[in-house]
Amino acid sequence: MTTTSQISNREELDLRDLVGDVVSRAMKAGATAAEAIVREGTEFSTVVRLGQVETLKEAGSRGLGLRVFQGKRAASTYSSDFTREGIEHLVRGAVDLARVTSEDPFAGLPDPDQLGSIRGDLQLYFDDVYSLPPEERIDYARRAERAALEIDLRLKNSDGGTFDASTGHKVLANSLGFVGESRGSYCSVSAVPIAQAEDKSMQRDYWFSVARTLARLESPEAVGREAARRTLRRLGARKVASTHAPVVLDPMMAQTILDNVFDAVNGNAIYRQSSFLAGKLGERVAGENVTVIDDGTMLGGFGTSPFDGEGIPTRRTVVIEKGVLKSYLLNTYTARKLGLKTTGNASRGLAGNPGIGSGNFFLPAGNRTPQQIIGEIKHGIYITEFLGFGVNLVTGDFSRGASGLWIENGELTFPVEEITVAGNLKDMLNNISEIGNDLEFRGSTACPTLRIDGMMIAGE
Amino acid sequence: MTSNQSLFFQKFGITPNDLQRYLGEALSAGGEYADLYFEYLTSTSIAIDESMVKSASQGISAGCGVRVLAGERTGYAYTDDLAPEKILRAARTAALIARGPAQQPVQDLKESASHELYQVSSPSADADIASKVELLMRADRAARAYDPRIIQVQGAYADQLRQILVIGSDGTYATDAQPLARFNLVTIARSGENSARGQSGGGGRVGMDYFQSERTPEYYAQEAARQAIIQLDAREAPAGEMEVVLGPGWPGILLHEAIGHGLEADFNRKGTSAFTGLIGKRVASDKCTVVDNGTLPSRRGSLNVDDEGSPTQNTVLIEKGILKGYISDKLSARLMGMADTGNGRRESYEHIPMPRMTNTYMLSGDDAPEDIIRSVQRGVYAVNFGGGQVDITNGKFVFSASEAYLIEGGKVTAPLRNCSLIGNGPDALTKVSMVGNDLQLDEGVGTCGKDGQSVPVGVGIPTLKLDRLTVGGTAR
Repeated sequence: MTTTSQISNREELDLRDLVGDVVSRAMKAGATAAEAIVREGTEFSTVVRLGQVETLKEAGSRGLGLRVFQGKRAASTYSSDFTREGIEHLVRGAVDLARVTSEDPFAGLPDPDQLGSIRGDLQLYFDDVYSLPPEERIDYARRAERAALEIDLRLKNSDGGTFDASTGHKVLANSLGFVGESRGSYCSVSAVPIAQAEDKSMQRDYWFSVARTLARLESPEAVGREAARRTLRRLGARKVASTHAPVVLDPMMAQTILDNVFDAVNGNAIYRQSSFLAGKLGERVAGENVTVIDDGTMLGGFGTSPFDGEGIPTRRTVVIEKGVLKSYLLNTYTARKLGLKTTGNASRGLAGNPGIGSGNFFLPAGNRTPQQIIGEIKHGIYITEFLGFGVNLVTGDFSRGASGLWIENGELTFPVEEITVAGNLKDMLNNISEIGNDLEFRGSTACPTLRIDGMMIAGE
Repeated sequence: MTSNQSLFFQKFGITPNDLQRYLGEALSAGGEYADLYFEYLTSTSIAIDESMVKSASQGISAGCGVRVLAGERTGYAYTDDLAPEKILRAARTAALIARGPAQQPVQDLKESASHELYQVSSPSADADIASKVELLMRADRAARAYDPRIIQVQGAYADQLRQILVIGSDGTYATDAQPLARFNLVTIARSGENSARGQSGGGGRVGMDYFQSERTPEYYAQEAARQAIIQLDAREAPAGEMEVVLGPGWPGILLHEAIGHGLEADFNRKGTSAFTGLIGKRVASDKCTVVDNGTLPSRRGSLNVDDEGSPTQNTVLIEKGILKGYISDKLSARLMGMADTGNGRRESYEHIPMPRMTNTYMLSGDDAPEDIIRSVQRGVYAVNFGGGQVDITNGKFVFSASEAYLIEGGKVTAPLRNCSLIGNGPDALTKVSMVGNDLQLDEGVGTCGKDGQSVPVGVGIPTLKLDRLTVGGTAR
């Protein structure tokens, strides 16, 4: 492994020794079980606007988190102070804090036989994300912006082109003997052009590429051109009259619906009965054409990890199969609450109890092209942006601001804005009438183009 | 010497000479301005769920961010290790943004003017954990006692004390110790097949006593339970343009989204805001006067000094409908030749400051709230909201109602299911035809996100009537 010392500004600590030490100190201080995590990261980011460097940022950071149990009581502490004194404070604080929490029969570390980590190279870390000299990193951002702005004279302004790179390194250990270590890397390039119409009204949009290795990052020019295309097509947008009409979601917006599904199968929402999918295991919750998968093991995936936030190996879980809810996504606690087995979806920040995180969460591709899907619609809307947070997971009520392009006789026509799209997720999952063949991962959640029928569009 | 000085000077052994050396290093490659932001943040959070304390957590985060400005360029680096060699290294890294002869920082650091806005006898962070737990348990009991249909109660109490030291090469020297406390409660109600959610919370730059006297756990419990129970019987919201009445307080998020972000100086300096070039022009009806005021005692959005060490201010954004000014940080103020309004804020030492709102609200008008409702034949009365979002460039904003009612024939009638409202920032406020005499600020729940940075903010409005706004329901 070559060095990233150009950006790392600290001496190498052996993180495995450090977390092991923290766990054993916690046990000596009176914990009956303990789990520690240490994270180290580096980041570089630059924004170039109108050809000039606007910001350059570079830093390294680290943090330490400790979770302790006293019997069935849990508490946690975190700190960025790695001195002996800082660690003493962290340990003492956690053990003291565990006195105020409640006895919870389901609290505790995972069962020992569940612990483990996927062996082999999951292709999550590539040191080439920092291989470019700083001038070339800036040039990536500059090239993305230039490619966007040179396409059309109406692209007069910009919120810039960016290039970012980051690496992360974490080690998790617990008092049952688990030690897991993982490294990851990211790089990304984006462009945010602004177009102006004759009447001076402006529109912005953006595009980006993100990868774990520079070798797989799309060219800044390709990103810039796509950003320009997405921006220009918004010029002259207007409201439409309120109507019921088919809605086609581009992959980025379809992905947000999948994010809602993820939140609705989150084990915490299930046992608290705060999800519209609570209690629906084994029932039909979506159309027969809908399958949803969570897979934390895909090589190089943005949601891939060798172990989850509690030290359980990640796995592939079929969440919805042909419309039937097959599994929730669970960590140890929510699994115990529900009388089920963990699905290896614990997420762990530095502080607090583990939450639920996704692996690579996706709806597999169908076989229709987006053009075919749009081509069959007489009147409808192609949504390219949602705005706002109008989703209620308890009821499934969905009402979000939107913009996109009006579909008339199978063709994309004029741009639309200042409308809302509303329905209920329960119905929406059953009314997915078409699934595109354009599944592509730009993050840990991904979805192809979707057509959803029966939604209300509110405008004039 | 203030408590902050003693923290950074004593705990980390930083001396005034060191500060000069760091600034000198930051300007070693030129640049017009450099500053350092030292932060020491202690936080506590406790969560209850199913009447049990399931989580308690405490943490410390400390670090220093170094910024160098050269023209429109910003260099930034930070370290979470406050050893002198680490801060010097960050200063050298940030310095690389500039290309020129070394500059000298002003030798005499001068303490910034400030306010005394946090009347906290003892910061909540110092209070006994057990008494915070007791507040949550009281809320849990009260919410469950409100109605047997309340089946779940989740509560959280979080507080922090942020101690900062800001020094700038222009002689800026400011310290502050900023308390912040927040109580939050979520309820789930169930009746037959129907479920609903309620939420309430609040706080500010207050101590524990606030939750024992001003706003008790029982107050929050009643509010969260009431909302969930009402929502059980909600019916489909209408769809389309209609008259909308916003209740006082938190619905002021309208101002935050519709105009506040669009008036942040960075967007206007770059010409990327729908409000660019509109100063002196009409952007609201003459009943509307809107301010951003960081100087209100104890409010969540208030600060004695901003995160660049400048005192916060009360800035008039809109006066009787005419756009008066932007909110600015040091960079945009310098580049635009305007005054710094003390709105330079950042999430933490890891982040570059930028213009951000503090407490944004509309002043009271003359109308009685009852008269406003009575004037509406068919419309929506929205009193609680989830969140909102705006596209700065085209001005379109959305905010999502979590508690709203139909108005029919001048009377508030049925509760409505969750729906979003959408409008256009530069002309939404021109549709304001009535302004109530009942200005309220929100309970202290707002967190604003911009460019990936979150900061606490406040909003407020009196009861308002907009003659036309698009309501995003499902019913024709």
